Amino acid sequence: MHSDHASLKLKIAAAAGLLFLHLPIALIFVYAFTTEEKSFQWPPPGYTLKWFAATWDRPDVWEAMALSLKVAAISTLLAMLLGTLCAAAVSRTKFFGRESISLLVILPIALPGVVTGIALRSAFSIAEVPFSTWTIVLGHATFCVVIVYNNAVARFRRTSGSLIEASMDLGANLFQTLRHVILPNIATALVVGGMLAFALSFDEVIVTTFTAGQQQTLPIWMLEELVRPRERPVTNVVAMVVVLVTLLPILGAYYLTRGTEAVAGQGK
Amino acid sequence: MPAVSFDHVSRHFGAVKAVDDVILDIAEGEFFAMLGPSGSGKTTCLRLIAGFERPTAGDIRIFGEPVADLPPYKRQVNTVFQDYALFPHLNVRDNVAYGLMIAGRGKRERHAEAEAALEMVRLGGYGSRKPSELSGGQRQRVALARALVNKPRVLLLDEPLGALDLKLREQMQEELKTLQRQLGITFVFVTHDQGEALSMADRVAVFNEGRIIQVGSPEDIYFRPEVPFVADFVGSSNVLPEALVARLAGETCPAAIRPERLRLTSEGPLKARVTGLSFLGLSTRVSFDAEGTRLTALLPQDVARPREGDEVALSWAAEDLHLMRAGQRANPRAGA
Repeated sequence: MHSDHASLKLKIAAAAGLLFLHLPIALIFVYAFTTEEKSFQWPPPGYTLKWFAATWDRPDVWEAMALSLKVAAISTLLAMLLGTLCAAAVSRTKFFGRESISLLVILPIALPGVVTGIALRSAFSIAEVPFSTWTIVLGHATFCVVIVYNNAVARFRRTSGSLIEASMDLGANLFQTLRHVILPNIATALVVGGMLAFALSFDEVIVTTFTAGQQQTLPIWMLEELVRPRERPVTNVVAMVVVLVTLLPILGAYYLTRGTEAVAGQGK
Repeated sequence: MPAVSFDHVSRHFGAVKAVDDVILDIAEGEFFAMLGPSGSGKTTCLRLIAGFERPTAGDIRIFGEPVADLPPYKRQVNTVFQDYALFPHLNVRDNVAYGLMIAGRGKRERHAEAEAALEMVRLGGYGSRKPSELSGGQRQRVALARALVNKPRVLLLDEPLGALDLKLREQMQEELKTLQRQLGITFVFVTHDQGEALSMADRVAVFNEGRIIQVGSPEDIYFRPEVPFVADFVGSSNVLPEALVARLAGETCPAAIRPERLRLTSEGPLKARVTGLSFLGLSTRVSFDAEGTRLTALLPQDVARPREGDEVALSWAAEDLHLMRAGQRANPRAGA
């Protein structure tokens, strides 16, 4: 028998599952307000807002935050440029080895971060590249490119190839075609890819540990901070910020991609 | 001066000769059809005129001007694409006004012209809709308006009616024909539908394997095919092999006879056995095996129908047996 209403047991199980997924995150938020600073004691003995002020006054937080934003912004821009160009090449032209290129571009996201990280680290040391912001950016770009590439390729595939010819047929040169036809058609895919890439880069830990050298991005700073038994709730405040900074672009991407199927797929 | 002329034009893709040594003149103001099976080179020819393909050899001129080095956006031709290629992010008005916008015309002016072009294809008032909100037939008209608003000297149409249902297709055939007469623009129309080519075009070029094998008026193509391929492809004429023609007409060359011109008689030059019958409404199609050659006849409904397996005789008026003598091939430039 089929029923339109889920049974009570199923509802409870679903609720338990969701709680298991999200309760720990809520706890992180709660500890940002605790008055106790050395251990994560439950329930918190009292509540305070002083950790927000404490976080505000910590220069190491600001440094890590600035580095994370900088790395995420540069890797995202790099990924948007390279990912889009690569997607255009793979979906617009036919050449020998096209499928292999496509696979090789996607591969970094399938590889464990540890492998990518070790590979990059040994590559950097063989090439005698000193660790810097740019080595972190390169590490992040390996998976950011994939995100943008995947979004752009999907959009290019759904966009009729004759649109470019139609534009040129109507008198537009390559630059005008890019501006008036290609960019408007792939814009949302690019923005979405960029937002997801930014979010991925902003909270990346594993690859960063291998490519960062002495610098600390925000997630690395948090990791280090956990072993220090002083001002622990500051970490929680930072965690809240990280969640917000990564969640907003993802939500934005979600809203932008809703309902674009009919528009972008319209070729015939 | 011809609107479009091909002088020994070839377009090879590696070993594939998509277009092979084509010689062709299309006159100004002509409704010209390129007809052929898929892969016969007709669409590549159209793309050569539009500028999406460059010839590997030969010389293409549009109104006397060599266009080998002109990109598509510098040619005075516009194309109606098979899939219409309407810009999904623009509404209908901006789609139609795209060419004018690129040409740098002011917003008010180009919108007025786009609206007039939409009126011309009977889509006045549809300007604010998105292409995705239109039916196939309406999109087709928008594509037409978008091309015509630029006042091209040659309009290229790549199987524009292929995606429409039969009734809409017939209606659009008449509208296109009327529009072409009104505007006096040269239309070059690619199709694989022989009925469409014959009913709309002033002249038809039949393509096969990258070459033009016959150019002529629809009557020429239909009643006076020069080679068996044309006889067979255009309206499925019966092709009689040389040996049979030698006995029947005393000449050693293949011959064609239209299915509607075959008559069933009790006494006739050709004995045949009925192998199949199908009712087509206006007529009945009868298939025969005549001394090893497959023939079909279209019999009007008021003629007594044979039955499958009947042994009958076929006859025809002498002038209906069209002999395809070698060397009779006319110069494709003739009759332009």
